[in-house]
Amino acid sequence: MTTSTVTAQTPAKASAPAAAPDPARAARRRRLTQWGFVAPAVVFMLLFFGYPLVRNVVMSFQHYTPKTFFTGEAPFNGTDNWSNVFQDALFGKALWHTLVFTAGSLVGQFCIGMALAVFFSRRFPLNGVLRSLILLPWLVPMVVSGIVWRRILDQDTGVLNSFLDTLGVGGGTPWLTSPEMALLSVILVNIWIGIPFNMVILYGGLQEIPKELHEAAALDGASAWRTFRSVTLPVLKPVITVVLVLGFMSTVKILDLILALTDGGPADATQTLGTLTYQNSFVQLDFGAGAVVGNVLILISAVFAVFYLRANRTEGK
Amino acid sequence: MSKRFTSLALTAHPPAARHRERGPSRRVVAPFAAVTVLVAGVALTGCGQQRDADVYTVLNSSTDESYHRWDAEAMARCGERLGVTIEQQSVPAAQVMTKALRMASSKSLPDVVQFDASEMPTFADAGGLVDLRSLGLSTDDIPEGIVDFGSYEGTYYGAARSVNTLALFYNKDVLDEAGVEVPTTWAELRETAKELTRGKQYGLALSAGGAEDGVFQFTPFMWSNGGDETDLDSPQVVEALDYWKGLLKDRSLSKSTVNWTQADVNDQFMAGNAAMMINGPWQVETLNAEESLHWGIAPIPVPEAGEDSVGPLGGAVLTVPNTGDEAREKTAGKIVACLSSEKEQLTYALNSWMVPANAEAAEVWRERVPELGSLADQVAVARSRTAQLGAGWSSVSLALQSAFQSALTGQSSETALKRAQQRATSGN
Repeated sequence: MTTSTVTAQTPAKASAPAAAPDPARAARRRRLTQWGFVAPAVVFMLLFFGYPLVRNVVMSFQHYTPKTFFTGEAPFNGTDNWSNVFQDALFGKALWHTLVFTAGSLVGQFCIGMALAVFFSRRFPLNGVLRSLILLPWLVPMVVSGIVWRRILDQDTGVLNSFLDTLGVGGGTPWLTSPEMALLSVILVNIWIGIPFNMVILYGGLQEIPKELHEAAALDGASAWRTFRSVTLPVLKPVITVVLVLGFMSTVKILDLILALTDGGPADATQTLGTLTYQNSFVQLDFGAGAVVGNVLILISAVFAVFYLRANRTEGK
Repeated sequence: MSKRFTSLALTAHPPAARHRERGPSRRVVAPFAAVTVLVAGVALTGCGQQRDADVYTVLNSSTDESYHRWDAEAMARCGERLGVTIEQQSVPAAQVMTKALRMASSKSLPDVVQFDASEMPTFADAGGLVDLRSLGLSTDDIPEGIVDFGSYEGTYYGAARSVNTLALFYNKDVLDEAGVEVPTTWAELRETAKELTRGKQYGLALSAGGAEDGVFQFTPFMWSNGGDETDLDSPQVVEALDYWKGLLKDRSLSKSTVNWTQADVNDQFMAGNAAMMINGPWQVETLNAEESLHWGIAPIPVPEAGEDSVGPLGGAVLTVPNTGDEAREKTAGKIVACLSSEKEQLTYALNSWMVPANAEAAEVWRERVPELGSLADQVAVARSRTAQLGAGWSSVSLALQSAFQSALTGQSSETALKRAQQRATSGN
């Protein structure tokens, strides 16, 4: 790319030597212009992403308490915070819950989102209206959904249980009040919240697939399932990667929904790395321990971000 | 694709617009650089705050419209008397501490902070508060318990305007209809709750949620039984938790209890889903809004007849943070003194239904709202949560939450509390 720029430029400069007294200065100025455009972004990233990130890593090796806010002193304590956090049984529990929560949410969101996207890519009456109705969960703030669902899932007075009761199945289900059920319920609510995002992106992807491909498959006598598997899915792959990676990023750090639904309970059954970070930092005010859990979260996300970038790069070629 | 397009545009660009290039480059670069510097500048200096000479700020958690208004009125009165303007900054209760800490690190602390009494020790321990006595506040006509309530390690940092505690609220109509008396002992409470549990209505509602609400509600059972937060797996605490388990086993408590906040408990009581509830006077405003509801209030039942019902002392204290500006701190002290004066206390208490901290104000209050008399009795013997553990309370509280939720959802009280004690000690 760069070479093409240079070679293309040379003749242009040669043809108009009078207008450019000093080609080297012009080039320098151009580079300056380019950097001028990049600089705000670089400064912004360093300030709002780089600094907090580095700060968080440093903080995880410090004894960072409320006192620090006054004295500014946070003595380094080696790997104390790390070993304390890793020895805490709650950390293992939270890590496991986070994995289950993320995997469960992604699978559920993606499958239902995909099914709906395929469904809505046909033409039928009221298609647009229904599609916009399904978008609703996306528009509702997470905390509001959490509070509404907490009422719906209430064991005694919740709508869901009375509905199940009239159907005669599972009336008194302890959705959020039993440690065995709570995580599942939280995952179900998160799936509900994530469906629109998956559906919209996948629907967009489906619209991009040329009709000829499906026609060709039909001519070859492929069944609907076969067409989906051998034509739709492969063509949709880049979109699927985007959906899954972005979904992962937003799911793994879950906090607001769980705080609104269960507050991490009952009996720590829905503690995730997100809630543990919150609890360490803002309830116990042990910011060092909070930073450790936060760093673990960043690390997990970073691994997936690398996968995402790699996947995108190969797509570009 | 876009990359290739850009390079094409660039190569096509120079010959045609050679002389224009000099212009845009400067015209564009300069503003961009300026914006960059500005963004950086704002980000770095934005934290610092200029203080207005005659404007004093109070950080509190009065985010409810009514509380915000009552506070604004009180501050206007005090401001007028002291010749300053007092501004109120309200954030949700859970954010007061973190907001104050952030403000401390950017040296922009407000002049007065209203902390929940259970949080004050943490801030005091960090060296963030000024001794109120050194600012000229007297503690002479304040009951000793309330002075302790606002003290940390013997220093009086926080002036309480009003205090509250928990009590047993009951639906008069339901109790009359069933012909039962208001329970006073654990055995009676269990019996009455069982009797009043019918259909959709549970006998009793309380909060065992995974937050401070739940711990607050557990303390009267733990303390009245002789248990203590320093020894979570003692037989007394185990017995108290077993008592809760028993209520749940009788089905007198909803299974959702482990998921309820105190506000949820109040909603259930008002909706007629509970005949009795454990709650605090801050709910009275809401309860009174429902005219068809006839409710009464009584002390929380005790293990054996004749014993003291020891409830938790709740409420907020007004503190003066350590800003280093002595002149301002002096005035801030006067503001605290004015807001917590006998007259202001009474006004605030009558508005909010809480009990005035000042002994004389409490006497007047008792005459004005006789129906809440039992609350005043409970406050007199109520106990502060942080008196023993100070800043260490938060780890014990978290361990305790997990313990009673485990116990209420199946584990034995003993195992759950043993685990809690381990967690509390290792966490400190």
